[in-house]
Amino acid sequence: MDAFVWITLALTLKVALCATVINLLLGVSVGWLLARRRFPGRELLDATLTLPLVLPPTVLGYYLLVVIGKRGWLGQWLQQTFGINLIFTWQGAVIAATIVAFPLVLKSARTAFETVDPQLEQAARVLGLNEWSVFLRVSMPMAWPGILAGVLLVFARSLGEFGATLMVAGSIPGRTQTLSIAVYEAVQAGQDQTANLLVAIISITCIVVLLAAGRLAPVRTVR
Amino acid sequence: MSFAVDIRRTVRSERRSFHLNLRFETRARRTVIFGPSGAGKSLTLQAIAGLLKPDDGRIAFDGDVLFDNATAIDVPARQRRFGYLFQDYALFPRLNVRQNVAFGLSAGWRNPSARAGDDVVDRWLHSFELLDVASQRPGELSGGQRQRTALARALVHSPRALLLDEPFSALDPELRDRMRAELDELLQRIDIPVLMITHDPQDLAWFGDEALYLREGRIEARPERIVAQPAPARLKAV
Repeated sequence: MDAFVWITLALTLKVALCATVINLLLGVSVGWLLARRRFPGRELLDATLTLPLVLPPTVLGYYLLVVIGKRGWLGQWLQQTFGINLIFTWQGAVIAATIVAFPLVLKSARTAFETVDPQLEQAARVLGLNEWSVFLRVSMPMAWPGILAGVLLVFARSLGEFGATLMVAGSIPGRTQTLSIAVYEAVQAGQDQTANLLVAIISITCIVVLLAAGRLAPVRTVR
Repeated sequence: MSFAVDIRRTVRSERRSFHLNLRFETRARRTVIFGPSGAGKSLTLQAIAGLLKPDDGRIAFDGDVLFDNATAIDVPARQRRFGYLFQDYALFPRLNVRQNVAFGLSAGWRNPSARAGDDVVDRWLHSFELLDVASQRPGELSGGQRQRTALARALVHSPRALLLDEPFSALDPELRDRMRAELDELLQRIDIPVLMITHDPQDLAWFGDEALYLREGRIEARPERIVAQPAPARLKAV
């Protein structure tokens, strides 16, 4: 039983970490785009990408099946071109967790970039910096605490993802069964001891992450 | 030095649209663009610095074309080599005075370290009496120190002209005259061409070798010389 718990925990952390890294990169780029660039459909894009926050995870899971499933347009293409199948794999679980948690980092990153005084970026431009340097030396350091808080929320959310993951990746012990799904299976099977242990592990991890997020969140707007 | 500006730009916000239609040329060592708030002063300065793209027209400095819509020239702000003093100085809040001053000396991806700097930075810190506060952050400085830090930051990479955006409006009224004298003395010492925008007639008296009057996005009358008068009579009503 012990080995099973640790394998499940390792898999869960692997999925959550991958989803977090992907979300960090995507969240920072799209958040910056929404905060600093004017383009038609900007708010529509924001609303669409925020959808996972309000849609039931099972609905998201269904959408994912439609897109990356064996008969989905992207899934079929991946299968025929690269021989890649994402359904019932841990990579599929990563995609599910990434999409479900994405709004958390997007909101944080957009707000964080919006609170950076544009005049500081202009000052850096006049002082001879190109756009990359302005981003790395002015925008990013100032927005970082807010972004980091969002990233930690993403990590916590990914750890606990259930609905979309179950639909896309299923519940294969040792391969796609994450902690939250294992809890469900343990309760269904009447294995109370296993359930208790899994629940304790996931609760403690989430509390630690939330405490860290609270400490890192910008308490006041530093100008 | 000479600025030759002939630009148009429309700025739209939800409530109004503003037309900037500027045409002026100045050869004075120090030029002041004077006008009430909302006249387009900041837009003018931003356009010259390359922070705002005009819809149409041409901007040249000493015969060097910085923007020309007809020939699609638009030199980016980082290559125009102007020093820019922002109204509330826009100092980087997380960097200390030394890092702020050294900021423009390296164009790479990393900020200067807390003890950064070479002789050039030290020289500017020294001549602006900032050595004692070099390791402090902008939030811990007095208004005068902040302004001197911003000036040092703008001047350290030897710009070809200095653009000043309402340089004294962020200061207490009683401090303003002292800072005017200080800036005046300093500008004479380093001998750099200056273009200042302001709504304060006092600035005009101190720094306006040549004065341009801006009103609702247009230069109003022919530039005129201000002679040893604290503030021209026609401006007192403003």
